[in-house]
Amino acid sequence: MDINDLRSLFTVLTFICFVGIVWWAFSSRRKQAYEEAAQLPLDDDPPAPIGGDGAGHANN
Amino acid sequence: MQSQATYNYKVVRQFAVMTVIWGIVGMLVGVIVASQLVWPELNVLEWLSYGRLRPLHTNAVIFAFGGCALFATSYYSVQRTCHTPLFAPGLAAFTFWGWQLIIVLAAVTLPLGMTTGKEYAELEWPIDILITLVWVSYAIVFFGTLMTRKTPHIYVANWFFGGFILTVAVLHLVNSAEIPVTLFKSYSAYAGVQDAMVQWWYGHNAVGFFLTAGFLGMMYYFVPKQAGRPVYSYRLSVVHFWALVFTYMWAGPHHLHYTALPDWTQSLGMLFSLILLAPSWGGMINGIMTLSGAWHKLRDDPILKFMITSLSFYGMSTFEGPMMSIKTVNALSHYTDWTVGHVHSGALGWVAMIAIGCTYYILPRVFGRTEMYSIKLINVHFWVATLGTVLYIAAMWIAGVMQGLMWRATNPDGTLTYSFVESVKATYPFWTIRIVGGLLFLVGMIIMAYNMFKTIGQGKAVDAPVLAPAAAH
Repeated sequence: MDINDLRSLFTVLTFICFVGIVWWAFSSRRKQAYEEAAQLPLDDDPPAPIGGDGAGHANN
Repeated sequence: MQSQATYNYKVVRQFAVMTVIWGIVGMLVGVIVASQLVWPELNVLEWLSYGRLRPLHTNAVIFAFGGCALFATSYYSVQRTCHTPLFAPGLAAFTFWGWQLIIVLAAVTLPLGMTTGKEYAELEWPIDILITLVWVSYAIVFFGTLMTRKTPHIYVANWFFGGFILTVAVLHLVNSAEIPVTLFKSYSAYAGVQDAMVQWWYGHNAVGFFLTAGFLGMMYYFVPKQAGRPVYSYRLSVVHFWALVFTYMWAGPHHLHYTALPDWTQSLGMLFSLILLAPSWGGMINGIMTLSGAWHKLRDDPILKFMITSLSFYGMSTFEGPMMSIKTVNALSHYTDWTVGHVHSGALGWVAMIAIGCTYYILPRVFGRTEMYSIKLINVHFWVATLGTVLYIAAMWIAGVMQGLMWRATNPDGTLTYSFVESVKATYPFWTIRIVGGLLFLVGMIIMAYNMFKTIGQGKAVDAPVLAPAAAH
């Protein structure tokens, strides 16, 4: 086994790692965490006045 | 206010203002070098000649304009999504003054002809050390803020900013490995084709992480903010991040097609460049679809226009890039102005426009205003910048394809149909159109500066209070 076999092995392991990440990202267990996380930028302002354009007028 | 903690907006203000200032400087130098191509008489002094000013242009727009925009937006969004002020405010201040010093040093040394000769890494070794110090401080401030966050999640924009900071540190350290000979001169630690490969591994990932991952961080925070809705698919954004990180690293060899680089390395670079289309477009679609159901906002919000147009250009240039990496296409496009057009469709259309949009978002908020002095002028800026970009890239596309065809044309007896200088002569009209495009983009930045100073004049520097995180869902 020379160094090039190890290099090939590393590439394959990296690919498996990536497939694992995709599988993890799409698992339904992550759904709620993602929904919470997606709200983070919108939750960092005090609630905007009704009729605002959503651009966060009241954050000063 | 005295009793309540506030976000550190001072450093955001500083970087946001300098984004606009350095934008004008960098783009002005761009217009000058473009003019020098059309009117060689403009190369009056050796210090202001094309060969010295061109690296100054690229360094100024990428690291001064783009860099300041990245610092401003990452510092702004990381504090707000983590509900905590910046970690180590002293170091944050150091990143501002250190970065400005680096820019000034670049503006002095490059015209004097001090250069390592490595594209986008021209600065000599003492400046490289200073860059390392500033960058490590940036990492401490950014990751320290993440570690002291009050929210359970790390928002995806911060993943992109974090990936950008970490990767740029590695790229800079590896590619800048050099042996100093004097205070002003060093030689690369690598030799021959290895040096070329390290350089373009750096060069392409400077595009992939400095000019892409960081700016995607902007997209993931500021597009949802300006649109007032969460990102289209958070799940897609997670896959987007990892796919981008896993593939970008391998694409560098496409800068070295048909060189001494081994063929298999070239093919590998081409293959990964083609794969890159998937994460690039996934991210672009995620950004644009964030507006789904709120498209009407595009009608009267020029900031959103900047952001969505930038994503369209991102989609265009990340389609064009993989195509150009195909060896047979590259045989036509390499070394021509097509490459310059491609770069500027990404640099003006994507990077500059998203940075401009985000800066327009930040400026009033850190100067105690609800909006910019003039929304109308933002709209004017948008149209001037868009027209300038389209003129620029269309001219370079035509020029590039024409050059490629002229260079490869042969007579029946096998001799070249055109001499090189004939292709130069044929390019003049397109170089002239390019000046007009670049000039329009520069005018847009000057309009932005006017709008900015008016906004600052009417407002005052404020630091928003730190907000408690939303109640657990």
